[in-house]
Amino acid sequence: MHPLLRTVLQRLGLGLITLFVVSLIICSAIEFLPGDFARAILGQAATPETVAAFEKEIGLDKPAPERYLHWIGGVLQGDFGSSFSSRVGFRRTVLDIISPRLRNTLFLAGLTALIAVPLALGLGLLAALYRNSFFDRVINALTLTTISFPEFFVAYILMLFLAVKFPIFHSLSNVSPDMPFLDRLGRTALPVLTLTLVILAHMMRMTRAAIISLLASPYIEMARLKGVSPGQVILRHALPNAWAPIANVIAFNMAYLVVGAVVVEVVFVYPGIGQAMVDAVRSRDIPVVQACALIFAVTYILLNLLADIISIATNPRLLHPR
Amino acid sequence: MSMDQTAPPVAPRSVKARRTVAQSVWRTLKKAPISAWFGMIVIAIYIFVALFVPLIAPYGEAEVVSQQPFELWSWAHWLGTDQLGRDMFTRLLYGARNTLGIALATTLLAFAIGGGLGIIASIFRGWTDQLLSRAVDTLMAIPQLIFALILLSIFGSSVKNLIIIIAVLDSTRVYRLARSVAMNVVVMDYVEAAKLRGERIGWILFREVLPNIMPTMVAEFGLRFCFVFLTISALSFLGLGIQPPTADWGSMVRENATLITYGDITPLMPAGAIALLTVAVNFVVDWFLHKTSGLRDEK
Repeated sequence: MHPLLRTVLQRLGLGLITLFVVSLIICSAIEFLPGDFARAILGQAATPETVAAFEKEIGLDKPAPERYLHWIGGVLQGDFGSSFSSRVGFRRTVLDIISPRLRNTLFLAGLTALIAVPLALGLGLLAALYRNSFFDRVINALTLTTISFPEFFVAYILMLFLAVKFPIFHSLSNVSPDMPFLDRLGRTALPVLTLTLVILAHMMRMTRAAIISLLASPYIEMARLKGVSPGQVILRHALPNAWAPIANVIAFNMAYLVVGAVVVEVVFVYPGIGQAMVDAVRSRDIPVVQACALIFAVTYILLNLLADIISIATNPRLLHPR
Repeated sequence: MSMDQTAPPVAPRSVKARRTVAQSVWRTLKKAPISAWFGMIVIAIYIFVALFVPLIAPYGEAEVVSQQPFELWSWAHWLGTDQLGRDMFTRLLYGARNTLGIALATTLLAFAIGGGLGIIASIFRGWTDQLLSRAVDTLMAIPQLIFALILLSIFGSSVKNLIIIIAVLDSTRVYRLARSVAMNVVVMDYVEAAKLRGERIGWILFREVLPNIMPTMVAEFGLRFCFVFLTISALSFLGLGIQPPTADWGSMVRENATLITYGDITPLMPAGAIALLTVAVNFVVDWFLHKTSGLRDEK
């Protein structure tokens, strides 16, 4: 078998095992609930019968493996169960709560990725090309400061200046599904800008570092001695070998984007899945928490998997085996 | 001139007294860059405030001092009052004690768990190492904040739960580092000698391995502290971390956030306090890393 294919398959297998274990962990969350949990959810007035009915509904009467199979079977068919906020005669499925919000979050994350990734790569390449210049130092200092700021600090500063002092954007991004695209874009501008700033710094610094660490190698020296222009040295000779670390850091930041979105969504009251999860945690609505966590975890694992595969597939040594 | 000639007679020099610890610390500090100095001064101020806040603060932590919520800045209330009419400045000061204390406790616990297990894995190797490492891999496959949210929804949020949950989650990263650094130390002859001598595991852990991985772990402590601090602030900001009426920077931002829409910068103060401390710790760690590892920027 081609060594490339074998490595990729190995990695995929490992990813599947991780997915399985993670789903196991998330499902077993119910195991660890304190004994008086049903009463805490149903209120003090709950009779023993209602408590028993509730425990039966969330499956506490069944053995754990059976419960897991039931849950994961439902998830694979797109049924995440029903929320604890459903009442008798009115079932609120987790899917109803999550799916419109998931679309919003994907829109937010996608838009941010679309802006941040090319920008980070471009700035990183420029910083590597003009290293130790004034431009490089300014970019470095700026990114170092944004890295150390909590997301909500960046978010509120942007809100203060771009929505309150100079009302360019909306300070609250309460989007609705039937909004025209441009209007929606305007309202999502501030969350996107915040997330971009938060993830840009790390990606840009890693791109710069990955390229600069290659510039000392002999084959770059060779290319320079041949008389290749500095831009060409970086684009043609250094970049192909730097793809692996860059892909890794991009995937890491995309995954981080998913998590950072939680805080940013709350700041701008953006109806996304992160906010749904925070609300569910606050009201201890376990099925919703489980579904959100599963979606986040799966995204995170898949992105890391993708990065690994990209870094394997772009490795020149594996592409051209001797 | 050949090398095997007799050495030139050395004049009996007056031997100087050994430098005291204070002197050598001062010598090192004098050479520290301005950013590290800035960081250390900021950290010192934070620690001072955290320790002596009851003496400095003009009012009590949860004392309602004004009938009017969201009062503007004045001489009586330097940063105005919050949504319940409590003095913002006082709560900002008390926040230093609560937020820093909880973050510090969490980081220490994370290092005790992660560092201990990491070194143990490197000493025993074999299946102990495999078991621990795979468990850590799985824990790290879920984003930390998400994992923390799941656990908080199960156990409910209290300061005790918060510290334990974040410490356990963060110890995975400490474990990775401690294990990989300790791996290089346990193969040394002196550790082998200690094992053959029949020393107990505690001796090997604390006397042979730990002192040799200390510089790396100290630098990591700074970085992890920042991370824990930011995570706890984020959780408090989401309303799931430190609960009222305890004054805490994350929740202070959330409670007063509406003021931003009127162009009032008061809610930015606690957020800025968080950011300033993170920047300061990063500066100091940066300098410490350069000093201990001999890392230099590429010219």
